[in-house]
Amino acid sequence: MRFFCYTLGDENVPMAQPTEAEMGAMGAFIGEAIQAGVLIETGGFAPTSEAVKVEYAAGGTFKVTDGPFAEAKELIGGWALIQTSSRDEAVEWAKRFLRIVGIVGAESRVRQVFGPSDFEPAGG
Amino acid sequence: MTGQNPNRAIDSVWRIESGRLIAGLTRIVHDVGLAEDLAQDALMAAIQQWPESGVPDNPGAWLMTVARHRAIDLLRRQALLARKHEELGRTLEIQQVLALAERAAPADDDVGDDLLRLLFITCHPVLSREARVALTLRLIGALTTDEIARAFLVPEPTVAQRIVRARRTLTAANVPFEVPGPVELRARLDAVLEVIYLIFNEGYSATAGDEWMRPGLCEDALRLGRILAELMPGEPEVHGLVALMEIQESRARARIGPGGEPILLLDQDRSRWDPLLIRRGLAALERSEALGGSLGPYAVQAAIAACHARARRAAETDWLRLAALYDALAQLTPSPIVELNRAVAVGMAFGPAAGLELIDALASEPALKAYHLLPSVRGDLLARLDRPAEAALEFRRAADLTRNVRERTMLLERATDSAGKAIR
Repeated sequence: MRFFCYTLGDENVPMAQPTEAEMGAMGAFIGEAIQAGVLIETGGFAPTSEAVKVEYAAGGTFKVTDGPFAEAKELIGGWALIQTSSRDEAVEWAKRFLRIVGIVGAESRVRQVFGPSDFEPAGG
Repeated sequence: MTGQNPNRAIDSVWRIESGRLIAGLTRIVHDVGLAEDLAQDALMAAIQQWPESGVPDNPGAWLMTVARHRAIDLLRRQALLARKHEELGRTLEIQQVLALAERAAPADDDVGDDLLRLLFITCHPVLSREARVALTLRLIGALTTDEIARAFLVPEPTVAQRIVRARRTLTAANVPFEVPGPVELRARLDAVLEVIYLIFNEGYSATAGDEWMRPGLCEDALRLGRILAELMPGEPEVHGLVALMEIQESRARARIGPGGEPILLLDQDRSRWDPLLIRRGLAALERSEALGGSLGPYAVQAAIAACHARARRAAETDWLRLAALYDALAQLTPSPIVELNRAVAVGMAFGPAAGLELIDALASEPALKAYHLLPSVRGDLLARLDRPAEAALEFRRAADLTRNVRERTMLLERATDSAGKAIR
């Protein structure tokens, strides 16, 4: 099973820059996830001030808004696409990630994405 | 707010940690079976304690500590017993192991190496192929006996027995806990790759049963392959195998029709191929090629898969290159099956008559006597040569030979279709 994991947070709350030790711990964690054959792809988000919102409006027009947006919580930090044998295993990896982030209130979302092994049921 | 069931959390910790745990314990006690028992004991302790105490910050280290203490207790008891019976040699032997166990837990750097050593044990040639597959899935893949049994459609006691026997065989053979030296490495690595690919293939083209694929096994094999590629980054064939599996898996969604029927490669909707896995597969193939030397059999097969993956439409397939690659594969690993695939490629590159010539040379091949793909391919070539009556006969023969229900349905349809053309 594949899961897309990302962090949610409030960009307006200032966060301390991670120390070298914290960066090292995160690097080791990513290495561990790769070694376990779990991490398929990972990346980081630019701040929402760089983001654009595109909405489809009436009459086939578009409403295009430059970031940042007013939403309380936004996609921040990074994302990872992982492959695990179950949803529970994905949750366990998310816990390990958050333990290294170490910020109370930090939030990861774990969303299953359909990969090649998730066929529509026969006849469906 | 709903919390997660603690037992499910423990299960997933086990899924992540058990391979490394058993590997680390095998280093201490020199016995895979005993190591697995100790790891299971530690798991039982976790099931008793974690729901109360919460999952520890480093669950892997927690399990290792508990299991190591049990190992030390056990070894002390054994040493005592041996002394009592005045078995001097045995006493010394146990004391040596004990001294090792009482030293600090293995450092993190050793964990990967231990896992690799364990993989070489579970794929050891003293074991039967079935035992290697079962033991690898159980100890490295952390599958339960029940999960293995369901994946391979065999009764659970059969798998349990296979594992028990495998453990005994390994203990009796006193198989060392090591990565084989340079002399042995080639053959031993081949055995490891073979086990992983067997698992993948069992998932990719189920040899029996109603389903054409069992995707869980493909994922397990891919995970094993990716782990091995991290542990042995300098081995071109490891990357070759990973590339092959990633690219084959990229087509998983496209090779099954809405009714569950198989769709042949050239008829697949390529927009349903998974671009991420193709990209990963091509990257793995590049790593394999970059390591230099001539390509091994897995890398050549990956190059064949990559050749298909690069063609945006079936009509754009580079059949000349494919025919050349199958030629290379036939020289590396000559087999009737490779020859059959070469015939398909030659049939596409140089016309169905050229393909049929190669196929007919295989007609008396005993290994292919009961293989449904021989008449299936022959039927296809005959259909293209506008000989529908003969083609229908071949498709029907193929349908009689396959054990897969869905494939049989498809072949019978092609037989009816060809027969219809023959009448017209």
